[in-house]
Amino acid sequence: MSAITHHIPDAMLAAYAAGNLPHAFAVVVASHVSLCEQCRVALEAHQAVGGAVLEEIAAVAVSSSLKNDILAQLDAPFRPEPVYERNGIYPGPVIEALKGRAPRWKKLGMGVRQDILTADTNGSVRLLYIPPGQAVPDHSHSGLELTLVLQGSFSDETGRFGVGDLEIADEDLEHTPIADDGEACICLAATDARLRFRALVPRLLQPLFQI
Amino acid sequence: MSQSNIEISEQTQWMIAVRDNRDRAAFAALFDFFAPRLKGFMMRSGLSAHQAEEIVQDVMLTIWRKAAMFDPHRAQVSAWIYQIARNRQIDIARKERRPMPEELKEEPGTEADASQILGLEQEAGRLKQALTKLKPEQREMIEKAYLGELTHQEISAQTGLPLGTIKSRIRLGLERLRHELKDLKQ
Repeated sequence: MSAITHHIPDAMLAAYAAGNLPHAFAVVVASHVSLCEQCRVALEAHQAVGGAVLEEIAAVAVSSSLKNDILAQLDAPFRPEPVYERNGIYPGPVIEALKGRAPRWKKLGMGVRQDILTADTNGSVRLLYIPPGQAVPDHSHSGLELTLVLQGSFSDETGRFGVGDLEIADEDLEHTPIADDGEACICLAATDARLRFRALVPRLLQPLFQI
Repeated sequence: MSQSNIEISEQTQWMIAVRDNRDRAAFAALFDFFAPRLKGFMMRSGLSAHQAEEIVQDVMLTIWRKAAMFDPHRAQVSAWIYQIARNRQIDIARKERRPMPEELKEEPGTEADASQILGLEQEAGRLKQALTKLKPEQREMIEKAYLGELTHQEISAQTGLPLGTIKSRIRLGLERLRHELKDLKQ
């Protein structure tokens, strides 16, 4: 694997640490951090600042019974949170978004396939499969779009993106990503734009517009 | 505990005692320090005293249950608890689990390295000092950012906010410590 060269911008990492990033973006950021030691350290630095804020904040006395209430519950049974392990090219947060299943690819034409993991009014997360030499289907984003490469690589006007690299595209970026030769390119893509076409476009065309 | 651990902060020692020995007295000490701060933190983000205490309870129980995941070479106790607290708040507000990176597993039998832990604590101490020396309005912006009140666009639009300076210090420290730790392990 070549070194990761496209990372998460600092403000986005701070918002992620503080939990104020839309869910779709948080899936991509958590996936990138799972692959990128540099961004993991940067995230830990943000957590350290958060910890310092917590230590320095004005304390408020808790009710007298709270401590004993909690101590009494220490031995109570509890359900541990599920842990999603990396599987092949898919980091843990992608496996979690897949709910543990294998990707279910739907054809978009020209050999391009996708699997929509989550989609609601706040945005969507999908996996994209692009054959070598193929362009990502024509898409204009009305919001911000994050694309994380999980396999292969793609190139566009702004550079080359290999495994672990994150591309951030906004409305102003006119670009034509094309999968490089070699392995098919598999990406995790998220957008915060509403899928406005849903009700307007005939069902048959929906998959095309959900790019 | 080796002798050099004597210099490690009380908080870290309590957390390690909870992790390794399921020490209830140490957990109670952590509660005494963090519960009122967590309550203040939650109320700053607009929760009632009652709601805040419910989350404090969840967070303290999570600290006890997930103690095995605490790695003092990577995180200060306050940083670790900060992330648990924000996660809990978000999970409740959005009714869905917040996406988190894969957890790094410590190799079994990894010995605590007191000099690494101390190094991280010194960096964190300087970070806290830097925070307290900020102008009130700058400090308020930092608090707002880490309380989750600013979007990433708002954070990146904050010019004149010494967030980068403050954070890059601890980041450099963390990176240096990670490298040293890696060298030691090899």
